[in-house]
Amino acid sequence: MQAVVNVFLKEGVLDPQGKAAHHALDSLGFAGVSDVRIGKQIIIKLDTDDRATAEAEVKEMCETLLANTVIEDYTIEIS
Amino acid sequence: MKVAVLRFPGTNCEFDTQYAFEKLGHTTALVWHENETLPTDIDLVVVPGGFSYGDYLRSGSIARFSPVMKAVSAYANDGGKVLGICNGFQILTEAGLLPGALKRNNNLHFISKQQNLCVINNDNAFLNRCKKGEVLNIPIAHADGNYYIDEEGFKELEKNGQILLRYSDEKGEPVVVNGSVTSIAGVCNIAKNVFGLMPHPERALEAILGSEDGLRMLKGFES
Repeated sequence: MQAVVNVFLKEGVLDPQGKAAHHALDSLGFAGVSDVRIGKQIIIKLDTDDRATAEAEVKEMCETLLANTVIEDYTIEIS
Repeated sequence: MKVAVLRFPGTNCEFDTQYAFEKLGHTTALVWHENETLPTDIDLVVVPGGFSYGDYLRSGSIARFSPVMKAVSAYANDGGKVLGICNGFQILTEAGLLPGALKRNNNLHFISKQQNLCVINNDNAFLNRCKKGEVLNIPIAHADGNYYIDEEGFKELEKNGQILLRYSDEKGEPVVVNGSVTSIAGVCNIAKNVFGLMPHPERALEAILGSEDGLRMLKGFES
């Protein structure tokens, strides 16, 4: 199975990269952008064929290493 | 005093750190990150600056799982003194030995310059040679030094006197350097035996090179 993990700074934690990209979009004339957030995507290939096992494993990976939950939130999509 | 200086792949301040403590008359030992134990009879562990594991994923996030870090956690939990400088500070927050986290600087720049710092609390093993409110001049050099802690955590830091240093002007008034919560440049844990700061005291050892304020900070560990 494959897991796609998205890691973003938490709501309320200022995302300086997103803010810089937002400014750049504004100055390029892209009107109507209300917010830009930049995160990272981590794609993990897993040996297991069991969705629940995969989800549990990836969750543990996120909590241990892939995200710093002091400042970041993450989402997991398994396929 | 015997000081263990850790070394990860990508660490680059280990020799400066050794030099600083040796200049003060102490012995030092470099400890490779794959070691599962620390040297015996040490008085201090320093996690020096650099770019451990190329800052991949997040600064300090991979180094914190190096074998030596288990020994460092055990040493710290046993009351041993640990100092993290710059990348070392990032590693210690990632390891959960210090509260909060270090984010990308608000202006996205790698900031490298001499910086004034105001001493906020000195009733600890690190800053006991400095006066409260005193202004020190120490170099900073980082891209991820933007200290973040949530409101509740911040209140705890304040209440327990865990805020060590703030970026300031020459009068000691806080200034915004990288976006840190209330301009925090360094903190310690609640037990006051684990210390972390973004500035580099080991780069402020000679007045002729800009400042010798770093010596006084490092001397704090002697008593």
